[in-house]
Amino acid sequence: MRRFLFLMPVLAFMLVAAAFLAGLGRDPSRLPSTLIGKPVPAFNLPPVRAGDVGLKSQDLSGRPMLLNVFASWCATCHIEHPLLLQLKAMGITVEGLDWKDEAADGARYLSESGDPYTLAGNDRTGRAGIDLGVAAVPETFVVDRHGRVRYKQVGAIEPDDWEKKIKPLMDRLAAES
Amino acid sequence: MKRVVGLVLALALLAGPARAVLPQEQLSDPKLEARARHIGSELRCVVCQNQSIDDSEALLAGDLRVLLRERLMAGDTDQQVIDYMVARYGTFVLLKPPFDAQTAALWLGPFLALALGGIGVGVYLRQRKSAFTQTPDPLTTAEQERLNQLFEANDLP
Repeated sequence: MRRFLFLMPVLAFMLVAAAFLAGLGRDPSRLPSTLIGKPVPAFNLPPVRAGDVGLKSQDLSGRPMLLNVFASWCATCHIEHPLLLQLKAMGITVEGLDWKDEAADGARYLSESGDPYTLAGNDRTGRAGIDLGVAAVPETFVVDRHGRVRYKQVGAIEPDDWEKKIKPLMDRLAAES
Repeated sequence: MKRVVGLVLALALLAGPARAVLPQEQLSDPKLEARARHIGSELRCVVCQNQSIDDSEALLAGDLRVLLRERLMAGDTDQQVIDYMVARYGTFVLLKPPFDAQTAALWLGPFLALALGGIGVGVYLRQRKSAFTQTPDPLTTAEQERLNQLFEANDLP
């Protein structure tokens, strides 16, 4: 035992190095949501699309769905957009929250890039987003049929995120009563 | 010349750290504004993450500064305002992390490292001391004979 004592610093170094190595793969901007398991905070937003109904927090229940927080000024949202359109084509309900944006800009964005949203509300002041704990767009919430937040995706949904995390969760939620 | 240097120094001392709190955000009541500054300096901007919302120029930080002032105007205590932010963004918004299961390693780690180091130093010092003070075992008969032989062979007394 004594003879190997000199290896202790090397072992300690390897432990610390392993901890750092594990930390390299973690993105510090991906914060856990404080809302997991809790109902969507109350909001009542005016429409993005002219002549539309807007989006209320009560709309987010009845069946599992996605609430996508986006903005016309957000570059990553443009990258995520085609995937949202695919989800819509697959029959997934996606509601949109247009964060810190003018409704007219949001509407132009949707008419130019395609519109994946069943309902879309304009959160010009950003208060509804702040209540949801939004730090930056895009963020996407998975909401169950009882209107409770079950998952939050920070940043664009990559095809991998959809296949491995969100779709399995949505399938589970659809099976829940 | 001396005067100029003195003036420059005085001005340099007057310049505080630049804050991002915009004039139109500030409250007219200096007491409330002071409380708002105190809270704002302890809340992390979730966009830039290593600045307080008072220091950050991120748009969201500005929204949160306005929001916290609204809460104060509405009569919230400092703690209520902080709880309001924590309810939305988690304990991550506190620049001074609270002690909980997630941060236990952060708070206790230095003491653990100190204790381990202390034990190491203690063991080392004890070993060194005993090496000096220990009396060696007496020679066995065989060793004594061999020693005598060597003394004789070399003609030593």
